[in-house]
Formats: sequence, structure tokens, C-alpha cells
Amino acid sequence: MQGGGPTLEVEDLWVSIAGKQVLKGVNVKVGQGETHALFGPNGCGKTTLLSTIAGIPRYVVDRGTIRFKGEDITHMPIHERAKLGIGIAFQHPPTIRGLKVRDMIQLCNPQANAEKILADLDFEDFADREVNKGFSGGEVKRSEMVQLLAQEPDFVMLDEPDSGVDLENIKVIGRAINSLTQKDLKPSMRTKSGVIITHFGHILDYMATDKAHVMIDGTIVCSGSPKEILEQIKVNGYEGCAACLCPV
Amino acid sequence: MSMSRLEEKAKKALDKKAALGTDIDIESYDSESEDFGEIEALEMLPEDIQTAAVNAGVSLSGESAGDYFQVDQSAVHRGSSMEGIEVMDIGAALKEHSYLEDYFWKLVPIDTDKYTADVGMHPQAGYFIRAKPGTKTIFPLKTCLFMGGKNKRQRVHNVVIAEEGSDLHIITGCTTPSHAGKGLHLGVSEVYVKKNAHVTFTMVHNWGEEVEVRPRGASRIDAGGSISENYITLTPVKSLQAFPTATLVGEGAVASFNTIMYARRGNIDIGNQTVLAAPHTSAESISRVVSTGGEIINRGRMVGKVPDIRAHVECVGLILTEKGRIYSIPELDGWCGGLDMSHEAAVGKISQVELEYLMARGLSTDEATSVIVRGFLDVEIKGLPPALKEEIQKITKLEEIYGGS
Repeated sequence: MQGGGPTLEVEDLWVSIAGKQVLKGVNVKVGQGETHALFGPNGCGKTTLLSTIAGIPRYVVDRGTIRFKGEDITHMPIHERAKLGIGIAFQHPPTIRGLKVRDMIQLCNPQANAEKILADLDFEDFADREVNKGFSGGEVKRSEMVQLLAQEPDFVMLDEPDSGVDLENIKVIGRAINSLTQKDLKPSMRTKSGVIITHFGHILDYMATDKAHVMIDGTIVCSGSPKEILEQIKVNGYEGCAACLCPV
Repeated sequence: MSMSRLEEKAKKALDKKAALGTDIDIESYDSESEDFGEIEALEMLPEDIQTAAVNAGVSLSGESAGDYFQVDQSAVHRGSSMEGIEVMDIGAALKEHSYLEDYFWKLVPIDTDKYTADVGMHPQAGYFIRAKPGTKTIFPLKTCLFMGGKNKRQRVHNVVIAEEGSDLHIITGCTTPSHAGKGLHLGVSEVYVKKNAHVTFTMVHNWGEEVEVRPRGASRIDAGGSISENYITLTPVKSLQAFPTATLVGEGAVASFNTIMYARRGNIDIGNQTVLAAPHTSAESISRVVSTGGEIINRGRMVGKVPDIRAHVECVGLILTEKGRIYSIPELDGWCGGLDMSHEAAVGKISQVELEYLMARGLSTDEATSVIVRGFLDVEIKGLPPALKEEIQKITKLEEIYGGS
């Protein structure tokens, strides 16, 4: 049980893909009701961290533990983690032939109010289209948000939900993320948490984050205020983060 | 050709093995069948036959343009519910329409192999369906070939004529009761599509595990006409071999074949060929086959005889278990310059990425697999009336089809 502890606790996590070490001792905690941003250069391991937490088998945990709501989920199958309340918006989701968006919503959660969710994401026109088939970059991202809103996870992971999305739709997606992470409630009432990977930070203008981390070469090198860290990255680049000696 | 000359030809072919498929000892199946007489209305059919028909895509409710029900060798019910549509049993039609001689055994030679010869040597059963010129059906004609007896040999000979400018949609469910044992189904279908006529011809096979099946089909399409032949079989069968041919003889004629198959066991050799013999004709053959232990040979053949034709073959298969075999054979046979023929073939497994994606939404491995397989088999078949489309979707989504092993 949670008992006031963090929703997610990653401890000394080492992960390899096809024999290549990608994560090298990641430590991170996300408290109940908190939303964290994760920054870092391409290939530093951000997607690997999220995919490992989701339980994708090709990300092999060599060392360390992942605890969710106090339970060790390090070696739990993907769908059991989803049932426990972990949700993920993939950066490049596949097309699911023959499965309509509307039916996918039902699969995510038979009780979900499909019409409302589709309307919130301005996605009604896609309800009878096959999932991700022929979708543009921005449509794929909205499709991911639709599915997560149906799933209602307690912990949501968003892998670049703003890449390839125009300004108008960034607002829509930001609103959906705020809803998923209960930013419409006062902080003490929030139970849902999340982590977002973003390169440009535009999305952060439309959603609330409590903390940010910088990942470089498979470890988290800096944690702090999202605005401050983003500002530093803009001024000094990730090299500046790497050179910075401030304690994590 | 007179009946006696046809019989003579058939007699000579009684031992002629088929070009494809495992050889069957026809004589090990009983030739004689009980006469089931006729019923006044389809609702009077025994419940097990009604259920079997529904599971083969033929619902007795809903609107239809006509129907034909055959139990073993007895035509128990037939009728047309639309003016301009003629539905008869083939025996009666041959007696009534002397012109049928020009159509009977003209597309499928009676001496093709021992199966056609056996059909030709015995009293005729099967349907004759004709759409008079300009008649356009919106609702499908529902036909069902039911094999109820044990160790029976069912012989069927169907002739379909879509006269000039007509539209005809036929669904044929071929089925056995759930308790059926051994059986042999021999089915000859000859389909004539006249100028500017459009036909969809959909066969759903839902046989028992001990049934052997040898359909022999051919169609001829005149100028501006089109045929969409759809073949669906999702339940186990002992052995099945079919390779129907569509011949496009008139300018601008179109043929499209869709094959949807799911084989848990058994030996299946399925395919089709289109002969494009007139300019500006086009053809497409799309098959989606899944093996969870069965052996499937999946053929798609296009023969381009003249310039300015287009043909495409797509043979795609999934093997979901350790055992199982899919042998995909797309064939393109071009006889001149100025052709456009292509193919795409793939045999593989379910995409791990798709599986993980669905599992990340909370579906178990089995649930995710069945969602992907159903999607794979959900081929968009063009030109079908909505009612028929719904029936086919129901069939490909039946839970029990994918259960068990």
C-alpha cells in the first residue's frame, strides 16, 4: 500500500537493450499528485526509462528496482502494470489494423464515456477510423491522449506528446494532460501523478509540472524547478547541465 | 452437348486425380441420400440447421432477395422475394429452360477431375439463380448447403446468370451440424456475369473437422461487368482444395477475390486465378490467412493475355503457433507487353510492437492477440450490400472461432 509514500520509486535502475547498457543507475521518485518533466538529449535514455517502467520486455532490467504504490513491479508483465494504474502515451505507436478508435476506447475501459473523451480531444471524426492508420503526427498524439483518458491511469507517462503537433493542438493536449494529472483539483486533493518527456517545452506553457529532471547518458544529472532547468538548457545547452556540479 | 455425351465424358474422368490437393477416395463416402422433402417456410427448418446456417453467415431473418436451402441432396426450400429474380433447383431449371444447356458444364468442364465427374454422373442438386436484365437486388440472396447425414457425399451444381445490367448479391453458407462426422462436399459453381452486370458471390464455409471439401468454381465476366468473389472459412476442416477461375472476356470487366481463412488444423489448398483476356480489365486477389496449426497453401494467380490490363495479388499470412504452415504462392503470368501486374506476399507472426501496445492498455497477451487477428482478417470488401457486410463482420468476430485449439 502507498501509505503516503511516493507513487513511483525507481532505485539504482540499470537497463540494457540488445546487450547495450542504456540506463546506468537511475534514481527517481514521483510523489502522489506530482507531475515531473524529463529533459535530455536524444539517445540519453528517456524513452528507455518510460518503456522500462511500462514493462516492455525488450528493455532488460540488469539491476535495481521499480516500485509502484509501494509494490515491486520490476518484473511484472505489461498488462498487469496497466491494470495497477500505469498508463503510457507512446512516441511512435503502431497502427492497429481493423480496430476502430471507438472500439479501442472500450478495450481501454468498458465504462469510459467515449463520446465525451472524443469531444474533449476534438477527435469525433476519427472515432470510426482504424487506430493510428494514416494519422498525422498530431492526430497520433491526440489518439494516444484519447486512449489514456479512457484508461484513467494513476500514473501517466507521456513520451513527447507535443512533437509534430501544431500550436492549436498543443493546447488541447496540454488540457488533456492537466485533466489526467488532476491539475484542476487543489494540490492536496490530487492522487494522480505523471512524467512527461519533452524537447521543446512549449507544452509546459499549457500544463502544470512540479519538478524536472535532466538525463544525460543514462543517469539523472540534475533535478529541480522545471522553469529554471528549462531556462538553463536554453541558455547553456545540455553541455551546461553535464558540467554543472549541483547535487541531484 | 447432350446429357448423354456429357455423361460419357464424365465416365472417362471418374478416376482422374485433381491437379491440386490431397487425393480423396470418393467411394468411401455414401452416395445415396434420404429425401427430406420440402418445407413451406424456412422457419420450419429444424433448430440445428437454423443455427448452422447462421454460423455460416446465413441468417433466416432480415430481408433477402430470395433463398435456396439444400439438406444433403434435397432442395428443401427455394423461392424468390423479388420480381426479376429467379431461384430454382437446378434439376427443375434444366427441365424448364432448354437454354441452360448453353451454360451447364460450360465454364467448369465435366471432366476436370473425378470430383466434377462424380457430380456429373449423379442426379443434379444445387441452385439456379438468374437476375433478369436490369434487375438490381439490394438485399442478398441467401443460400445454404447443409450436410446433415454421417459419411455422406454431398454433390452440388450451381448455375448463376446475371443478365445485362443486373446486380446480384449471393451468399452461400456451406455447413454441417456441430455433431457431424465424416463427409465429402463436392460443389460446382458456374457464374455468368453479362454486360454491365455486377455480382457479389460470397461463400462461407463452416464445416466439421472430418469433412473434406472440393469446390469447383468458374465465372465469366462480359464487358463492363464485375464480380466480387469472397471466400471465408474460419472453422477446422479435414481437407479443402479450391482454385476457382474468373475469366474477364469483355472490355473493362473487373474481378476481385477476397479470401479469409483461419485454420487450426487440417490441410487446405486454396486460391483463385483470373484470366484477363480483354483490354482495360482489372483484377485483384487479396487473401488473409491465419494458421494455428493447420497447413495452408495460399495461391493467387493472374494471367494477363492482352495489353492495358491491371492485376494485383496479395497473399498475406500469419502463423500464430510453433507448428503450422503457410505456403504463399502469388503467380503472375503475362503474355504480352503493356501489362501492369504486381504482387505482394508475406508470411509472418504477430507484431510484438502491436501486442505490447495493446497490453499497455491493459489487455492480456491472449486478448491482444485476438484483437490483432480479428483486425487482420477484417478485409474491406468493396461492393457488398450493408446487410451482407454485417453478416460477414459477425462471422469474423465470432468469439468461439478463436477459442480452443
